[in-house]
Amino acid sequence: MTAQVPVVEATPTTSMIKTLGIVATVCGLIIVGAYQGTYSAVAANKKIAIERAVFKVIPGSKNISEFYAMPNGIAPAAGETPPGAVKFYAAYDANDRLTGVAAEAGAKGYADVVRILYGYSQDCRCIIGIGVVSMRETPGIGDKILTDRQFLANFTALDVKLNADLSALANAVKTVKHGTKSHAWEVEAISGATVTSKAVGKGINDSAQSLLPKLVPQIEKLRSRQS
Amino acid sequence: MGHETISQIVVSALLANNFVLAMFLGLCPFLGVSGKLDTAFPMGVATTFVMLVASLCAYGLNLLLSAFHLEFLRLIAYIVVIASAVQLVEMVLKKYSPALFRALGIYLPLITTNCAVLGVALFQTAREYDFLQSMAFSFGGGAGFTLALVLMASVRERLQLSDIPGVAQGTALSLMLAGILSLAFMGFAGMGG
Amino acid sequence: MTLPGQQEQKLSMDTFLEGLWRQNPTFVMVLGMCPTLAVTVSAVNALTMGLATTIVLVFSCWLISLLRKLVPKEVRIATYIVIIATFVTAVDYLIQAVSLALYDALGAFIQLIVVNCIILGRAEAHASKHPPLVALTNALGMGAGFTIGLFALGAVREILGSGSLFGLSLFGADFQPWVVMILPPGGFFVLGAWLLLFAWWKRRKGGRALIAEGQHHGA
Repeated sequence: MTAQVPVVEATPTTSMIKTLGIVATVCGLIIVGAYQGTYSAVAANKKIAIERAVFKVIPGSKNISEFYAMPNGIAPAAGETPPGAVKFYAAYDANDRLTGVAAEAGAKGYADVVRILYGYSQDCRCIIGIGVVSMRETPGIGDKILTDRQFLANFTALDVKLNADLSALANAVKTVKHGTKSHAWEVEAISGATVTSKAVGKGINDSAQSLLPKLVPQIEKLRSRQS
Repeated sequence: MGHETISQIVVSALLANNFVLAMFLGLCPFLGVSGKLDTAFPMGVATTFVMLVASLCAYGLNLLLSAFHLEFLRLIAYIVVIASAVQLVEMVLKKYSPALFRALGIYLPLITTNCAVLGVALFQTAREYDFLQSMAFSFGGGAGFTLALVLMASVRERLQLSDIPGVAQGTALSLMLAGILSLAFMGFAGMGG
Repeated sequence: MTLPGQQEQKLSMDTFLEGLWRQNPTFVMVLGMCPTLAVTVSAVNALTMGLATTIVLVFSCWLISLLRKLVPKEVRIATYIVIIATFVTAVDYLIQAVSLALYDALGAFIQLIVVNCIILGRAEAHASKHPPLVALTNALGMGAGFTIGLFALGAVREILGSGSLFGLSLFGADFQPWVVMILPPGGFFVLGAWLLLFAWWKRRKGGRALIAEGQHHGA
């Protein structure tokens, strides 16, 4: 890739600008064309991915609606997330009754951020399921959070009820050593994969502490789906 | 995400998630320039400098492009900025250290195609780092790149005096070495929170 | 890397085959290492990356070849980079539209195709000096060679590191995978092993040729 010494005199500036202009226009058209052409397909893909993930963590759901939870209320999601708002998905069954609420959580694990989606049910005031959205944990060790049945059982009834004045969780979600779980709000780590297990627990705690105090006082408004 | 502290980011990019040995960025110069220690180190420093400049510009560009909803131009904007930054470094080196400029030779303009530089810009955007975090990230990454380069060069210089079977010489050997280095660096995993 | 002749190359089978074997980007020229080692943790990822790179390579070389008489020497590298970045952006959206799962698996390395030395190298060395059809065919061959290289790596790493190929389990549930193969060191080791194999094979071939020559002369 060595530059060759030009033997002829340098090209005039106008010709360079003209060429760069043509190239820029052609490239611009290609990019915009590709973007517009794939926009609807990409949006559809994203919607399908979210739906699939939410249906997995809140069984029995047929539809989802996106909302923001803010200190002063709940609003349907539109455009960019305002600062201080937490995005969540309300899931409804075939009769448009609320089956649960799903939200994303993330915390740094061994290699990179572990992102999960968790499902919350107001009826039991607990988390009823989790799904891993993305992770780069060590295969064979950290990725056990995907398959270890005992670990996943932590999240079928994880207690996240709020304290008396609804300002925070009554008991913070904590990851404890394998074999020492004694309370419904504790997550028992996978032995040998403590870091990744802790990431899941921490992520859920951070997200729940931030979402539930804003959501629970307003949750009755979501009981039936508004189209 | 946005919760990482500066020291966590630097240590992670330097050791646990070393750009070359764990994230596979910057491999072409890593395999190409790491023959001699006195070219490896300046190459590392030059690349780190370009990474810092690129990180700075990428942060600013991202704010600008997001404000105008022109995200699809991000890649082109980043790469043009990087190419310009490399030109700048070339001019500065030519003026203030012609010997170094000549020693680095063809490898200097090749920093433009160094995945590590564009990688810094892309990763910091994906992880939504703020300004200080981005600077820390590019500094740690560049330092990690230099570290890997220097380690590799030191080993390879020693190996020149060893009796290596002909079939293994060249890139095959460098790759095996890199594999061992990468294995060693895996020991840093989990460090820095 | 042999320098291309000054005359414009005529279209021939060799134009295509050159990138496939004699100047294979992965095993001979050792270019484009970053994606080669990073995404080859499974055969599917490897093939997708190879396909994406080939698409960018072919279209970029074709466009650059079309514009080759128009682009002034001083700004050619900048122009090539902009054209390559354009097609990479397009392919980026294309992959998102086809499969989000694949897109997440390949991550940032799709966008990093723009700094893949193969593409810029090919544009500079070949596409800028030959007519569009020749450049396109050569680029296709290079892309195919690159994809083969990626697949060789991805398949070995997936078989050893996950006990599967294309997601289909090969050895059953009791297989203890050689996990290091799908971690970073494994990438280095497997590629090094391939190169070792090639060097050994080339030596044997060269050795045999020498012996044959010697016998011929001696007789």
